Amino acid sequence: MHIQEELSQRHVLSLTVSNEAGILARIAGLFTARGYNIDSLTVADITQDHGVSRITIVTNGPPKVIDQIMAQLDRLVPVHKVTDLTESGPFVERELALVKVAGVGEDRIEALRLADVFRAKVVDTTIESFIFEITGTTDKVDNFVGLMRQIGLVEVGRTGVVGLIRGKEAI
Amino acid sequence: MAEKSGADILVECLLDLGVEVVFGYPGGAVLPIYDALFNHPTIKHVLVRHEQGATHMAEGYARSTGKPGVVLVTSGPGATNAVTGITDALMDSIPMVVITGQVPTQLIGTDAFQEADTVGITRHCTKHNYLVKDPAKLAGVIHEAFHIATTGRPGPVVIDIPKNVQIATAPYKRPEPVAHASYHPQTKADAAGIDAAVEMLAAAERPVFYTGGGVINSGPEASTLLRELAAMTGAPVTSTLMGLGAYPATGPQWLGMLGMHGTYEANFAMNKADLIICVGARFDDRVTGRLDAFAPNSRKVHIDIDRSSINKIVDVDVAIVADVGSALSDMVALWKARGHEAADLSAWWAQIDGWRAKKSLDYAENATEIMPQRAIADLYKACTATGKDIIITTEVGQHQMWAAQHFGFDAPNKWLTSGGLGTMGYGFPAAIGAQMGNPDSLVICVAGDASIQMNIQEMGTASQYRLPVKIFILNNEYMGMVRQWQELTYQSRYSNSYSDSLPDFVKLAEAYGWTGIRIDGPDDLESGIRAMIDTPGPVIVDCRVAKLSNCFPMIPSGAAHTEMLLDPSQVKGSMTDEAKALV
Repeated sequence: MHIQEELSQRHVLSLTVSNEAGILARIAGLFTARGYNIDSLTVADITQDHGVSRITIVTNGPPKVIDQIMAQLDRLVPVHKVTDLTESGPFVERELALVKVAGVGEDRIEALRLADVFRAKVVDTTIESFIFEITGTTDKVDNFVGLMRQIGLVEVGRTGVVGLIRGKEAI
Repeated sequence: MAEKSGADILVECLLDLGVEVVFGYPGGAVLPIYDALFNHPTIKHVLVRHEQGATHMAEGYARSTGKPGVVLVTSGPGATNAVTGITDALMDSIPMVVITGQVPTQLIGTDAFQEADTVGITRHCTKHNYLVKDPAKLAGVIHEAFHIATTGRPGPVVIDIPKNVQIATAPYKRPEPVAHASYHPQTKADAAGIDAAVEMLAAAERPVFYTGGGVINSGPEASTLLRELAAMTGAPVTSTLMGLGAYPATGPQWLGMLGMHGTYEANFAMNKADLIICVGARFDDRVTGRLDAFAPNSRKVHIDIDRSSINKIVDVDVAIVADVGSALSDMVALWKARGHEAADLSAWWAQIDGWRAKKSLDYAENATEIMPQRAIADLYKACTATGKDIIITTEVGQHQMWAAQHFGFDAPNKWLTSGGLGTMGYGFPAAIGAQMGNPDSLVICVAGDASIQMNIQEMGTASQYRLPVKIFILNNEYMGMVRQWQELTYQSRYSNSYSDSLPDFVKLAEAYGWTGIRIDGPDDLESGIRAMIDTPGPVIVDCRVAKLSNCFPMIPSGAAHTEMLLDPSQVKGSMTDEAKALV
């Protein structure tokens, strides 16, 4: 007997939640308990009184599973609203990465040239290294990191995705 | 304002919330609460023998009265022992509030004596849980916990209270009801869904009502409305295990239970229906059988208060997110307003009568052994003859299915069983809880010889509180359902499913000051049941039944509704790996 899996699609979910102890564990735990995937997860409070946080989750699964994930998240008591950005129209998504690259001579110049192409900023430097700050879609960051790997990538820190729908309305 | 200790605030809240009974067990981390209870004799505390017992008692109390069950246990092992019952309540949507003691806040995370991460452990087996670190927040949390446990889809809520928070003081006044920031269960259906459902029902040629525990949870009014809607439409009604009693077993449109051990007519009606109205049920795997063959030519309407139940297993045509009672009331009103008449369903009923003629619940009898089905049928007859209010609880296994098949329930809240989690050890404590809430009812736990032993220590609890519960054991000296599956799947290799070294249940009864009755053969059955019912105090009946009986009809794992096994001759004794891998 072999175990079969269904085709997955990537979705960016945006949640507003009460900023209370254990909320992140509740959400992360829901994903593991029900066998859903998390590609990335970001969280930070977004209101003046620090009462509400936005959590952005990149997940993947067949449409039916995504629908279940939405419903299960919505069922959690501290969750205010769940939006599937991927389904709700045009939206902007960004992540930030810090990319440390080491090298000298031509490599160093090539790294700077590529950073310029990707609009990455140098936020730290030594004679033999840079740390670049890059923001963009996951694909763009992946591409930049991939190129740097050929030059002398040391390590990477990524925030995961945050996203908002386009236009003047709130989600 | 005068300040009160956290423990006193808790007890004040329980009084404000109308809590009459608490099932609990003391320990170091709840001593301040027990001391506060000492001064409040109006709250009845039932001292259990094991915390799991407390949780199932609370479930039995809740399911039979419609009020939330309340549990009080200590930290560490007290809380972990309660986890099975909490999970059971989550799976079966039982309103329950569990108060757990915790080590003082400054010791949390230090591996202190009797420390366990209770909110971590119970995060996924509760509807919601709280760790309260500030006595000033305690009252708000307790009122919110009861609100969450009892509204929307009911479920268990845990409140973990560190010992120093029980002792520290804060001002207390009864909290005003406040709108919750994020918890707003939808109880009223959208009109479009009701409209579509009513029109589909009016036009259907082969409709079936597939009802579940949600009808019971919605309150007795929902059962009344279901009966009204069923009568108006003339459609047949089947139910899950959890929904038995919502539509009366003696009602003319009753098909019997559906699913794995459901009747032939119920499962065939589901398979051939052109419209299924699912009312407060959730397309559980025990009900659907093989999914790609489930009700293949039907349109489906699903009424559920939990949005996540919709399209989880089976895709439906019309989703109605609402409280069952509210949705049924809307449907009844719209049906009347539109002037719909019951359609002519005589062809459909003729087909159903053909399936009924299979008499799928029949069983072969002999002169020497009691067939377990006969024992339940006779119990039903004797109970009905008393004219009393009867509440039946069960453990989990063959006896549970036989009770569901052969005992008829005509009213909601009279049938208490562990459906979702399938917890052996549920039934007896649930009977104690039900008896606490219904002192004048005849409460009987139908048990198996194996499962009764999983919480048998609660006999002392029943004795202590003079609760006249009856335990009716169908004793076949096997874990019967395990043995049955081994017979069906593993060529009758009975690996560890034999009940060796069983206690003498009659002597055990006597040891606890109960009455013990043994029923050895068919000649003793009627008199034994009679004696059990007539005995005023608690009774164990050790009813010796045919050892190798199997529970039929049965839809084997991975089979469709139309592939039911009706009797032992159809058993092959082995299965494919795909079927073996299913639960």
